[in-house]
Amino acid sequence: MTSPLQQKIKITGPSMVTANRTWDGVVIYRTAAKDWSTELSNAAIVRTADEARALLAESVADDVGAIGAYIAPVELKDAGKIAPGNLREQIRSEGLTIELPVPA
Amino acid sequence: MPLVKQGRIATDIFVHVADGAELPDDGAILIPAARFLENPEALSRRAGKLGVIWPNNRDLDDLVPHLGRLAVVALVFPSFRDGRAYSQARLLRERHGYAGELRATGQVLRDQFVFMLRAGFDAFEVKKDADADAFAETVKRYSVFYQPTGDGRVTALNRRMQLRHSESAGQ
Amino acid sequence: MYAYDELDRTLINERVSEFRDQVKRRLSGELTEDEFKMLRLQNGVYLQLHAYMFRVAIPYGTLSSKQLRALAHVARRYDRGYGHFTTRQNIQYNWIKLAELPDALADLAEVGIHAMQTSGNNTRNVTSDQWAGVAPGEIEDPRIWSELLRQYTTLHPEFSFLPRKFKFAITASEHDRAAIKIHDIGLRLIKNADGETGFEVLVGGGLGRTPFIGKTIKPFVHGRDLLSYVEAILRVYNQYGRRDNIYKARIKILVHELGIEKFAREVEEEWKQMGDGALTLDHAAIEEVRSRFSYPAYEKLPHMPDELKQAAHDPLFERWRKNSVFPHKVQGYSIVTLSLKPVGGPPGDATADQMDAIADLADKYSFGEIRVGHEQNLALPHVAKRDLPVLWKALDRIGVATPNVNLVTDIIACPGLDYCSLANTRSIPIAQELTRRFADHDTANLIGRLHINISGCINACGHHHVGHIGILGVEKNGEEFYQITIGGRADENAQMGTLIGPAVPYAEVADVIEDIVEAYLALRDRPEELFVDTVKRLGVEPFRERVYATR
Repeated sequence: MTSPLQQKIKITGPSMVTANRTWDGVVIYRTAAKDWSTELSNAAIVRTADEARALLAESVADDVGAIGAYIAPVELKDAGKIAPGNLREQIRSEGLTIELPVPA
Repeated sequence: MPLVKQGRIATDIFVHVADGAELPDDGAILIPAARFLENPEALSRRAGKLGVIWPNNRDLDDLVPHLGRLAVVALVFPSFRDGRAYSQARLLRERHGYAGELRATGQVLRDQFVFMLRAGFDAFEVKKDADADAFAETVKRYSVFYQPTGDGRVTALNRRMQLRHSESAGQ
Repeated sequence: MYAYDELDRTLINERVSEFRDQVKRRLSGELTEDEFKMLRLQNGVYLQLHAYMFRVAIPYGTLSSKQLRALAHVARRYDRGYGHFTTRQNIQYNWIKLAELPDALADLAEVGIHAMQTSGNNTRNVTSDQWAGVAPGEIEDPRIWSELLRQYTTLHPEFSFLPRKFKFAITASEHDRAAIKIHDIGLRLIKNADGETGFEVLVGGGLGRTPFIGKTIKPFVHGRDLLSYVEAILRVYNQYGRRDNIYKARIKILVHELGIEKFAREVEEEWKQMGDGALTLDHAAIEEVRSRFSYPAYEKLPHMPDELKQAAHDPLFERWRKNSVFPHKVQGYSIVTLSLKPVGGPPGDATADQMDAIADLADKYSFGEIRVGHEQNLALPHVAKRDLPVLWKALDRIGVATPNVNLVTDIIACPGLDYCSLANTRSIPIAQELTRRFADHDTANLIGRLHINISGCINACGHHHVGHIGILGVEKNGEEFYQITIGGRADENAQMGTLIGPAVPYAEVADVIEDIVEAYLALRDRPEELFVDTVKRLGVEPFRERVYATR
């Protein structure tokens, strides 16, 4: 199993680090305050491979609080709004593209 | 790295001899398989107990003829997820009748103790102190075992059959 | 139904205790994720896209009503009120919290349900025919042997850290509803010339990146030797399966690289050395397990009860009956399939309310027993024919009587990108759209038996390779595209489908499937010729032409 830190890190645009919270599995985003938030709007944005690696390293170091941290793309909209950079991140931040069998 | 034997931390009289290092004149030694096989007879004549570390990706065939010379066979878990040594352990105990110390080395963690005991290991170079301390407690986790190994534990099936037998005998 | 005794229950409870301790040590930091991951997988706990997923075992697809209610309870108490039945006869919950898992497991343990080895590099749920024990013409109930194997493989000290996952399936009928040819070990129950039970043993079947149909390693293994022979196979695999590359670690790769003859010799050699030891199953051992399977006290019922004659006037009832009700080996009874593929719904899901309602109906009409099929539907295996009309009304009320079993809208799909972190694309919305396109029951009946399988990635959890029509999601430049195959089969004539052409984008998939179906309707030589047989007769070319003419 390759550590995410050993994988080649390539940034193609603004990115963030996301993971899942260990105790309940909820999606979380690494903030600039060395913390985690469940809101994408609070995600720290990195723009270079070095920045990304550093952010990922500090995220991975929180093995108790978070699991499966990785670097993911974002789209920066007008007025600094952060949007998910692909369908996968959109589903993770906004929920399923289908209705649940019962109202959640 | 504490050694656990008979459920508790024990003093390890065996010295792991590094590749290329000189063998001490006496005392118990653990040496890698390749080095052992260079001259097993000479090594057996040496004063002091002899143990071999056998890699988990090597057939036991080359080891089996020498089992009588050995006080310890150490098998390896390079990762706790690599389960080849479990097969090696069972074969050594159950097919080849090895009765000396069978030692688990490498990434030896608490949550595999029961499996290792059942496979025939009786000595453990435990990676974490806390795990070594918890050994005796951990092995009490399970009292029911479905499948037979060489460890002598009665399987669930046999217990049921015994129960039936005693029920019908009691009539 | 197999009755767990105190020993079975003790083992499950000991396992729950152990996992509770492991979770505690994980949350305190005493165990790293690297150390914990394999432990949680061995208890069926995955990390998915936006939550943990919890996979609970339903051994050989058999549930009591009490157990089904417990599954409903877990959905309500610990999840979001629903569960998903899988292609391996298990159930999955998608929103579970790790911290609450030990409690969920403890609740399930009370009714003899567990999640042992539903994931991880160990042996998995032993699956079987969902009609086991009730199918006409079945040689013998394969679940006896499934249970023997289940016990043998549970917490096996030698085989808990295999190179990769290991799946078994058993069938005892001529028509293979358990898809044994795409399993690591497939077992076909047969009798020898002396009438003794044994198995044709197949190895090395599997889908994913490198799909293989299983090969026969031994044409007849006597029942008493089943466990020892399986142990020989597992031991060879444990020692020689590749561990350097997770995509080459399944037994199918080892069998392919050695060749089946050499592999068979290795196994035979190991097996001979094992001799006639503790794993040989004597008659008493087999009877011990068999005796704890209980069967219903069937009544002596007429072949055609009045209730059925009267209900025949109702065209809706008749349509459902002809589609979802199957012959039973006992006169006067039926096997009823409950479709979990409503139009517009995610395939294979059931709400907690539905599960409770089905449990009640099972108590009333099926001797308290439910089955789970690998095609992601449920079944009530012991329904008296006289109860069919009243049962149908009840099933219809809870939404599990869509008369589309085995038809084009009876789709098998993996959870896909909406849930799964391995996925490239979504699969559920594709399935939903297809059920809408083919919602008309007359059209679906006109088309006939047609199995569509959808996988959101190459791991093939939707079994797309062996679908009559297979749909595989791939990613192209950040967009969702889908490869379409046709002509696959999962049964005793198992084979992989053939690609019809370049991948098509998400928005076009439903159109492509409609084109394929139209082509079939035009090309079949008679209405009874199944889609898959038309493909066999004519090959892929006519379909390819039709689909890609304007694309």
